[in-house]
Amino acid sequence: MPETPHRRRAHTRTRDLERYAGLFAERTGVMRSSAMRDLMAITARPEVISLAGGLPDTSTFPASTFAAQMTRIAQESAAAALQYGPTEGFAETVDCILEVMGAEGMLPDPDDVIVTTGGQQAIDLICKTLVDPGDVVVCEAPTYPGAVPVFCSYQAEVVQIECDGDGMRVGDLEEVLERLDREGRRPKFVYSVPSFQNPAGVTLSLERRQRLVELARQRELVVVEDNPYGLLRFSGEPLPPLYQLDGGDFVIYVGTLSKILSPGIRLGWAVAPPPVMEKIVLGKQASDLCTSTLTQHFVREYFAEGRWREYVDSLVEIYRRRRDTMVESLREHFPAEATWTEPQGGLFIWATLPDYIDTSDLLAKALREDVAFVPGQAAYVDERLGRHSMRLNFSGVGEEEIREGVRRIGRAIAEQVELYGALTSNPAASPAPAQPRASDMDAAGLPRPGAEGSGGDGGDVLPFRKTGEA
Amino acid sequence: MKVAVLKGGRSLERGVSLRSGARVEDALQRLDHEPLPLDAGGDLVKRLLAERPDVAFVAMHGPGGEDGTAQELLEILDIPFTGPGVAACARCMDKVLAKHALREAGVPTPDWFAFNETAFRELGAADALGGLERRLGFPLVVKPSRGGSALGVKFAAGRDEVPEALVSAFSYDDRVLLERFVEGRELAVGVLGSEPLPVVEAIPAGGDRYDFEARYEIGRTEFACPAELGEREAGAVTAAALEAYEALGCSGFSRVDLILAADGPQVLEVNAIPGLTDTSLLPQAAEAAGMSFEQLVGKILDLALPAVAPTR
Repeated sequence: MPETPHRRRAHTRTRDLERYAGLFAERTGVMRSSAMRDLMAITARPEVISLAGGLPDTSTFPASTFAAQMTRIAQESAAAALQYGPTEGFAETVDCILEVMGAEGMLPDPDDVIVTTGGQQAIDLICKTLVDPGDVVVCEAPTYPGAVPVFCSYQAEVVQIECDGDGMRVGDLEEVLERLDREGRRPKFVYSVPSFQNPAGVTLSLERRQRLVELARQRELVVVEDNPYGLLRFSGEPLPPLYQLDGGDFVIYVGTLSKILSPGIRLGWAVAPPPVMEKIVLGKQASDLCTSTLTQHFVREYFAEGRWREYVDSLVEIYRRRRDTMVESLREHFPAEATWTEPQGGLFIWATLPDYIDTSDLLAKALREDVAFVPGQAAYVDERLGRHSMRLNFSGVGEEEIREGVRRIGRAIAEQVELYGALTSNPAASPAPAQPRASDMDAAGLPRPGAEGSGGDGGDVLPFRKTGEA
Repeated sequence: MKVAVLKGGRSLERGVSLRSGARVEDALQRLDHEPLPLDAGGDLVKRLLAERPDVAFVAMHGPGGEDGTAQELLEILDIPFTGPGVAACARCMDKVLAKHALREAGVPTPDWFAFNETAFRELGAADALGGLERRLGFPLVVKPSRGGSALGVKFAAGRDEVPEALVSAFSYDDRVLLERFVEGRELAVGVLGSEPLPVVEAIPAGGDRYDFEARYEIGRTEFACPAELGEREAGAVTAAALEAYEALGCSGFSRVDLILAADGPQVLEVNAIPGLTDTSLLPQAAEAAGMSFEQLVGKILDLALPAVAPTR
C-alpha cells in the first residue's frame, strides 16, 4: 500500500519570505490585513451573538422545497447540471433575473445581462474592465465594506462622499467632480448602494436619484448601482432604481439573489451596455469560465414554481420585526450620546458613538461579553475614519438574541462613557436611555438631511455628530 | 513521543495562536513525534487526562495561555510543558508587574505610571493625570497592562488625547499604564534556554512609528535579522535582554522587546510565549543562528523535559 502523504503545512523560512516578497505584484501592497481582521475571526465562536455578519436568515427557506428541486434536477437534467455552461449564463437564468428586476420596474435587454458568481464578482469584473492603477473611483462614505478590498486590489484611488439620512450627498459629489475636473482627472465610475445601504441603512432620496442620473448624463459619467436589498422594503414607498431612471445608458447595474433567496448559491448579475458587457464577458471567462450550472438549474426550478415573491414577502415580515426589535433595544440600552439610522429596509443599522470611543477597541470589550458587531472603519478606505461608528446586522439572528446582543453592547458603551466622564472630570452622561432627538429626526425617524443643491448642505453627515459636547 | 500542542483558546490572539500551533504540529511530525492538537476549550483537562501526553507544547498567546493559567493546569496534571513556568508567565503577561520586576533588578525600562479602572471611576485619579503627563512628557504611550500584539496600544501626542487613549486601553484590561515614549530603534531578542539568538530589528516601512497596527503587517514593516548593530551595541542589547529574561524568571524560551535609544537599550516587555508563525520574529532569529524550525521546536521540547530523562 502506498504511504499516506503528509499534508504539507506552510513552513516558510526567512529566505522564502524574501523570495515571495520579490514576487508579489504591486497590488498586493495595498491589500490590507489588520489587527481588526484577527478580531473578526473570533466572532465566529459559537457562543458569540453576532450582529457582525451580513447574513440573511436561510433557516426560513423550506428544506422540503430545496430537496424537491434538487431531486428533480438530479432525475431530469443531471448531465446538463453537471456540465459547463455559457460564460454569460443560461438564457433561462437571465429570464429569472428579468423577473426580479421587473419587480422593481426595470426592463433591461436580456443581451445586456451577465450571470455572475455573486454580486461580488460583478463588482470585481466591472473594476477589472474599467479601472487602471491610480484611476479615481467615487463611492459613499461609509461604503459597502466588501467593495473596499476590490477597489484596493485594482489600485484605484478611492474618493468617498459623505452620506446623511437621504443617502449620498449628491451636492458634495458635484463639488468633488468639479475639483477632479480642475485637476484634470475623471473618475471611472461612481459606486452607490442607493437602497437600504450597506452599512449605513440609508436610502438615496428620489430627488437625489434624479440629480445623480442627470449628472451622469451631463458628464457622461458611469454610475455603478449595487442593489442587493431593493426588494426588502419594510416601510415607505418604493423608489425607482437609478437604472430605471437612466434607462441603462450610464448606469451599470449589479444585482444578486443572495438576500432574497440564498447567498450560498452565489448567484448575482451585472447589466451593462453592449461595449462594456463585451469586456466583462471576456473578464469573466478569464476568472471562472461560467457561473455554477448547478446553481443556475436550481434557480430555474425555483422560479418555475412561481412562489419566489411569497418567500421575499415572508423575509420582509421577519426582518421588519427584527429591525423594530433592534431599534427598540437601541433606545433602551444605548446611551444618550449615541445616534443611529432607522432603515426602511435591508439588513443593517449604523450607529455612531461619541468620538472618544473607538469601536475597534469596543469590539474587544464586547467580545468578552460574547457579542460582536462590525467596527465602522471597515467601511472606509482610510482606516482612520469611521472609528466611532459600528454596523449592526438585524437579519441574521432572532429577536431574543438581538435584544440580548444590543443590551450587552450598550452595557460596554455605558462603561466607556462613564469612564470618559471620570477622566475628563465631566459628570458622566445621564444614564437615561437615548431617544433620537426630535430636532435631529424627520418623520420617518431618519436623521434629517440638509438642503440639497448648489454646494453646502447644512445637515448632519454620517457619522452623525451631536453638537454641544462639553 | 506524544506531544500535546495547546493552541487557540479564547484570547484575542486566537488566530495567531492557531497558526503557531499548526506549524509546531507539522514540525513535530517531521521530528517523528506524535502531535496531539488541542484547541483549548472546556474539554481541555478531560482530553489531557484521557490522552496522557508525554509533554505539552504550549503555543497559546494572550491571557489564558500565556499568563500562567494553562501552565498551572499542566503542573497540576503533572505534564511537563514548554516555555516559562507559571510565575514567569504571570509576570510577563502583566506589563505593570513585569516593569516593577525589571526595575528592581536594575534592568532599564521606560518610566511609567499604572492605574486601575477603579482609581478613575471611584477615586478621582484623573486629577493626578496632569502631574504625570508633565513627568513623562509627550508623546506618551498608553497600554493595557495585560494584552498582546498592538491591541489597545495608543500614542497620545498631547493632553487632550489622553482620555480617549485610556478609554481604548481599558477596553482590553482593567489596568493600564502610561509610559514614556522612548525614541529609538525597535529590536527583539529571542532567548532559547539561556542563549540569546541574533537581534531582530523592526523597521516601519512608511516611517510611521505611531502606527502600531502597521507593525504586524507584512509590507508595512520590514524586519532585519541580524540587525545591523555595532559590536558594543549588540552586546549591550543582548545583555539587557538576558537580564530581563532572568529578572522575570523565564525558562525554555521567550522574546524580549527593546528600544535602542541614544543612551542605550530600554526593555519594553518580555513575551513569555512569542509567536511561532511563518512571519514571527523568533523563528527568523533562530534561522539567522543557523537553526531550522524543526531544530528550534526540538530544542524547545528538550528544554521542557527533566534534564535527566533521555528525550529521544
